[in-house]
Formats: sequence, structure tokens, C-alpha cells
Amino acid sequence: MNNRLLCTVLLCLPALNLQAETKVFEKTLKNGLKVLVKEDHRSPIAVSQVWYKVGSSYEPGGITGVSHMLEHMMFKGTDKHAAGEFSRIIAENGGEENAFTGQDYTAYFQTMEASRLPVSFELEADRMRGLHLLPEELKKELQVVTEERRMRTDDNPQAKMNEHFMVMAYANSPYKHPVIGWPSDIANYKVEDLQVWYQRWYAPNNATLVVVGDVQPNAVFDLAEKYFGELKASEIIPLKPQIEIEQLGVRKMTVKVPAKLPAVVLGYKVPSLKTATDENEAYALEVLAGILDGGNSARLSSTLIRGQQIAVSTGAGYNLNARLSALFELEATPTEHKSVNDLELALKAEVAKLQKDLITADELQRIKAQVLATDIYQKDSAFYQAMELGTFETAGLGWQKAGEYVSKINQVTPEQVRAVAQKYLVEDHLNIAYLEPQMIKTSTQNKGAH
Amino acid sequence: MRIRLLNNGKFMAIGCLLATSVLLTACNTAQEIKSDATPVSVTPKAPEVAQSAVHVTSKIEHWQTSQGARVYFVRAEGLPMADIQVVFNAGSANDGQQFGIAELTAGMLDTGAGKWNADEIAQRFESVGAQFGVASSMDMATLSLRTLTEPALFATALETAHTILTQPLFKEADFKREKSRTLAGLKQQEESPAAQASIAFNKALYGDHPYGHPGTGDLKTVSSFKISDVRDFYKKYYVAANAIVVIVGDLTKVQAEQTAEKLLTGLPVGKKPAALPDVKLPDHLAKFQIDFPSTQTHVLVGLPGSYRKDPDYFNLYVGNHILGGSGLVSKLFDEVREKRGLAYTASSNFVPLAKPGPFMISLQTRNDQTNEALDVVNQTLAEFINKGPSVEELNAAKKNITGGFALRSDTNKKLASYVSMIGFYELPLDYLDTFQQNVEKVTKASISEAFKRRVNLQILQTVTVGKVSDNSGK
Repeated sequence: MNNRLLCTVLLCLPALNLQAETKVFEKTLKNGLKVLVKEDHRSPIAVSQVWYKVGSSYEPGGITGVSHMLEHMMFKGTDKHAAGEFSRIIAENGGEENAFTGQDYTAYFQTMEASRLPVSFELEADRMRGLHLLPEELKKELQVVTEERRMRTDDNPQAKMNEHFMVMAYANSPYKHPVIGWPSDIANYKVEDLQVWYQRWYAPNNATLVVVGDVQPNAVFDLAEKYFGELKASEIIPLKPQIEIEQLGVRKMTVKVPAKLPAVVLGYKVPSLKTATDENEAYALEVLAGILDGGNSARLSSTLIRGQQIAVSTGAGYNLNARLSALFELEATPTEHKSVNDLELALKAEVAKLQKDLITADELQRIKAQVLATDIYQKDSAFYQAMELGTFETAGLGWQKAGEYVSKINQVTPEQVRAVAQKYLVEDHLNIAYLEPQMIKTSTQNKGAH
Repeated sequence: MRIRLLNNGKFMAIGCLLATSVLLTACNTAQEIKSDATPVSVTPKAPEVAQSAVHVTSKIEHWQTSQGARVYFVRAEGLPMADIQVVFNAGSANDGQQFGIAELTAGMLDTGAGKWNADEIAQRFESVGAQFGVASSMDMATLSLRTLTEPALFATALETAHTILTQPLFKEADFKREKSRTLAGLKQQEESPAAQASIAFNKALYGDHPYGHPGTGDLKTVSSFKISDVRDFYKKYYVAANAIVVIVGDLTKVQAEQTAEKLLTGLPVGKKPAALPDVKLPDHLAKFQIDFPSTQTHVLVGLPGSYRKDPDYFNLYVGNHILGGSGLVSKLFDEVREKRGLAYTASSNFVPLAKPGPFMISLQTRNDQTNEALDVVNQTLAEFINKGPSVEELNAAKKNITGGFALRSDTNKKLASYVSMIGFYELPLDYLDTFQQNVEKVTKASISEAFKRRVNLQILQTVTVGKVSDNSGK
């Protein structure tokens, strides 16, 4: 009873307080650049992000990781600015900056005191069409990316298992290969490869400019026109669909790496919001992930870590925003006297429970409350607000979908959650990887005193 | 829920398995700044503080609860939410010989309290959309609550946090489970060259000083813990005289006063722990080489550096910004990565604590390049200490720090962690307002002198963790 009251209070809260703040202004320039602006006057700052519709899932074999490599090279000079100058100018203006590459996007951002927005626009517009790709810079940056790969993947047992897992799970989807690329592909990029990639995808009509902060939408549109308006559009040749073929039976693998703890990961093929024929299924899968792992009261923590005490850690994940169909993942690390097989059975038992029984009203209420509250908490950060718009837009969903998220989650019913569990979490579409730790030998030497 | 390793902050978002597939150009920017970054993290940025427009009119207000706990409050309107922290001087520096007891105690707080078990506690928070976490670092144990301010929701979140804080149960069954999870986390550290490097580095810098051991403890100490150890630690350190309360959010001062009072009600007054012993600097240069089967060697170079009330603090902070603290444009980044492509990240930091925390240069490079990278680091550092920064470098750094001032507290979350730093270390309340002046005051000469005084190259400690055989013959 108490819960229901709180629920009601919680659910009407954002409508009361935040409606005015969530408005997004949109304008598309003549050259096709889409500009999105959201006002947030709590701090005198603005974040500016340029999102390109290109990422590792766009890449053919042989040049995997080229989107990420190009992201690094975007800091290496243009017609107007020498290598490194971009970062120096942003720093001199008190800015923070970086860039990131995912399966479905490549994005660049600066956060600065709001009056410096023109600095960021000038530089981003310049490198959108005027990049210089120099062989000697590529040679150095290749090494940097190779070090990045060593740090992130090669010396990290879980990341390594994950990389191998993806190769097994996907037959023909480009989600098969890692965002950072395969070592031999990284070692063999040529300037021409990057040049072709840059020409093909970096154009105003393949980008979204997102600005959130202490700004006025019309002033931002004018500024965008001033700096980006003259850039030429390109003909963007659409990607081939590369739809993953249906999996016909469970797949299992063992990954042996130097490690101390075993682990198991399960991945079921599921649609994303973009690929689902009925989008309610995607929202139901999102709630399902929450039931399993949305907070410390969720089922995996409550049942596997605390109740049965067979796992020391657990996780569940679903990527609602993926451009292509992806995996619903479950992972766990066993306690000392339990095995990965015990955990596999326990995780499958959790899945079976979701297929058989309806989730409880309390559980569903908690997920909805968390989604709602998180939506408010995220407004504390201009960066996250921009990130959300950019992600939805670049996945091809349209930024408007970001605004629907809370209400769509709110409409999910226990029946829908059970239905997607029955339909998608099926054995024939399951992939399993076991991490089998190999011995690590270490020794210390003191080269000591001088 | 992940293995408890460096802290036990809880994951709150739906679908907690984060995409492993997003790569940043460099990982040493855009990090949320922590007020007491332990040197375990690879790239903690020296925390600094600012004010933002939303807080222009809201200075830090400060008072004491009836039991004598210090309260720091900033009213931040615009969003119906509040960030509340209770910080105790109960970090790993208070472990004594029981390495890891501070962190295990903090981690056990929400496993049972009052009449609730762990499930019920989590359900109470999550049903009102509140986020609760406990973190432990060298100096501090921090309970953090982020909650909506709608009265019914706020009341539930606050009551739950209060119960956790004042009536933890520390049941034997929960203790056994959390202990075994900690032991698993310790094993996992053994597969990480970065974690191994960090542990060895702190040992090299601090020896037997309370900063010298890892906050997670080690297999031997943690295995020996009994539930009574946790209870004793809690009783001694989780007391009002040893607590500060930080509140940032959409509350009135009266509400903030009631909140602080309510949170600590029932907590014994107790007393503050004795000050930590002074840090003794290493007496000679040393290099520790750990053979580890990784493709990269993790390199850490440094010595005990700066503390929170250090009169040299701004000289060291601005100087380090130029040397290796400013991400993509620092000297170290330029020499190691931009000019030579030797590493993905290369940076330096001062981690100011109650006593001098580490000054640390870090990078990771292919095993056979270790000596080359170390030469670049040592040369860059020596040159910086001998010559100091150039006038251009100093001007650029000042422009970056002052021009980007608003970014340092542009969210309630950042602001709360800065206020907590000011409160915990008893820095002047106008620390924020005078920050830019203090940066402007720094000169080429003052930086140079401070570095000469404080970064003695004759006693530098170097730790490398990687495959030694790959690096021989070079």
C-alpha cells in the first residue's frame, strides 16, 4: 500500500517540475547538418558534440578499427591548424575535450564556458572536411592505438573473453569484430584507408551537432550556420543491411587466459529498439535487464550473490540503442567452491523463472521508479543530456525517442516481460563462454639502492 | 553487482553490464574528479574547486549538529534532488595492522540494519529511486545518498540511510559472504598489472606508514578477520565527532539542518582518531621490477608529494598541470605519446591527502620499450625541475585553469565532492572564491622553486610491472 502511494507520487513528479526544461530545438542546415539544442541554464557552460554516423559496425574485414583510428587522427591537423593545435586551442579556452568511438557512432566533444562555443564550432567545422592525414603522424598514432589495445584487451582477461565471445556469437553481423580492431588490421592501415573512410563518412549530412547548456537555440543555429553552413554535403552511400542469420542451436566456448578467477557469460540474440518489429518488445527487454540487475535489490544480486551465495559478482545487460540486433547478456563469477557450470545452471534457472512466472508489481514499480529518478538525476549533467540525444539520433531512432523513454518504460507490463523472456531467451539462440584461468607467475626484483 | 574491489559503490542504472565497446581518444580527461582519489586509480586528476552559476548566490553554509558533527551545505535549485554525504575519518589509513578492515566495514554497512536485511534495504532505496553507496579511500569512508526531494520519497531514503549509519547489524552470515567476495576481489587484483603496480608503488613510497598498504587489504589479513573486528572498527570510528555531513541540493537551510540532525541521531559522540604519523621520505633512489606475463609494462615513478594544507599546493598544482596534469596538452603526454607514440596514456598527478599523498607519473608501454619510455619520463621530469616551465606554458596553463573554472563544479555531483573535500580537510570556506586568485599568483619562479624543494630526483621510486624477458637486451 505504501509502495503504491509513493509510486503515484513519483510518477507524476517530472511532469510537474521538468517539462519546461526538456524541450529540444532542431534545425537542419541546407547541407544536411542536423543541429539539436537543449537549454540548461544551471551552469554557465555549454557542451558541444559532433556525432558521425559511422563506427566499427560499418567496417568491412581487413580494416576493422579504422573508425577508431580515424578518430585519433582527427587531432592531427587540418589545412588551417597544425597537428595538436586543436587541443591547445581548446585548452587555452579552458575547455575539456575528447572523442569516442562505438559500434554505431564516432563522436567528438568539447565542454567550455558557454561564450566560447564559437571556438569549438570553428575547430569542429574545420576538421569535418579539412583533415590532413599524414603518413608520419599515422605511424606514431598506430603505435598509440596498439598500446591502447594492449591495455584495454590484451592484458585484461574479461575483455579478452568478451572479444572471443563476440566472434562466436555472431555469424555475419558486423558486431562480430571489436571496436578497436584486430591487431593485424591495426598494424596494416595505410593513409589511403583512412582517407577513403574520411571521405566516405565525414560530411555535414552524415553528422549531428548537439549543444546543451547555457545557450539560446536561435543563437546556436546562427552560429552553426556561420561555421558549418558552407561545408559541402557528400553523397552518402547507404550501408548494406548485414542482418545476422538465425542461430540454429546453442554455441559454447572456453577461453583460456592468464587469470585468477573463472567467469561465465551467456548471450541471447535479441532485437534492439531499432530492429524490433514491435518496439514494446525492446522496452520489455530493457525492463527485464532491470529486473535482473537494476540495482542492489535486483534478482541476480539478491538470489545469486546473497541468497544462494554462489556468485561473487553478477551482471545483466541489454543495449536498447543498438543499430542492429545484439545480445542480451548475463554474466557471473562463481564463489570459491562453485563452478562456472553451477552458475550457468543458476542463470538459466533465473531465465526459466522469468518465462514461467510474472514479475511482481513491487519489482516492476522499483524499476520504473529508478528509471524515472535517474532521468532527473541525469539532468544534473549537460554532458549526459547531449549524449542521450546523440546516441538515439545516430542509431537511426531519431532523438525524439530519447524523450519517450521514461513513458514507454512506464507502460511495460509484467505480461510483456514474460512474453519477451519466452520469445527471445531461448536455448537455440544462446551463446556461452567460460573463462578458464591459466596460471600467472610473478616475481619481484629490487634493483634498489644507488 | 560487480566484485567489490576498490570501493563498493553500487550500480544504479538499468542493465548494469556497461558496453565494453566505447573507446575514448585518451582516457585521462573527462574523469569525474574525486575529492580523495586514492593512488590506485590510474589517472586521478588533482581535484580543484570552483563555483558555477547556479551556485553563485549559494555559498557554502557551515554549522555543527547538536552532537558536534560539522555540516556543509550548498543550496542548489533547479532540480528536485539532493546529494548527501556523510564522511568519516575512517579510511584505510586507520587500518592499523588489519589491512582492509576499513573497507570491509564500510562495505558491510548496508548488508543489514535496524530490522532490515540487505534485500529490504536495497528495496527501500530503489522503490523511491534513491541511489546509495559507500566508498572507502585512504583518508575517508564516505556514505553517499542521491535522492529526490519530494517529501515522501526523501523521508524514506533518509530514514534508510540513517538506519544504515546508526544501526548496522554486522551479522555473521553477511560478514562471511562479504569477506569471501573481498577475497575474490583480491585474487582478481592479481591478474591486473595496473593493480600490482599500484600496490608496489605505495609500498615503495610509504613502507610501514598507514598509506603504504592497499585499502582492500591482502589475502592474509582479510582471511584473518572476524566479525568482531568489523564491529570494533565501526564502534571506534563511526562516531559524530569524527563525521562531517555534506548536503548539496534543492533544500532550504532549515530542511538541511533537520536532515543533518536526523542522519546522525543516535550516533555516539565519541572522539576523533589521533592524527596520522608524518610521512618519512624514502632515503634513496629505488627501482622495483615485477615480472608479470602481460604484453605491456606498467610504469609508475614518484615519491610522497603534497598534502591538503600544503603552502606549496598551488605551485605544485599549476606546475603539474603543465608537466602531466592537463590531459592531451601536457609535456609528458607530448613527449611520450605525441612525439614518440610510446603509450596510450602518460600523465602525472599529485594526490593531496591529510599527509603528503603520492606524486605519481604513470604510463603503460609495450614491454620492450620500457627503458626508452622511462628515459623519456626521467628526462622530461629532470628538465622541468631544472628549468621550470616557460612563460608561454605557464600562461597557457593559467588560461586553461581559470577559463575552465565553471566546468569544475557544473553539476551538483561535482560540487558535492568538492564541498566534502573542503569540509573534511577543513580548508577555508572561501577556498572556492579565492581559487582563481591563488592560481594567478603562481609564477615561473615559484613553481620552479617548489618543484626543486619537493620533487627530489635523488629519492625517486620507480615500479615496473610487465614481462621482464621482453625488455632485456635493450
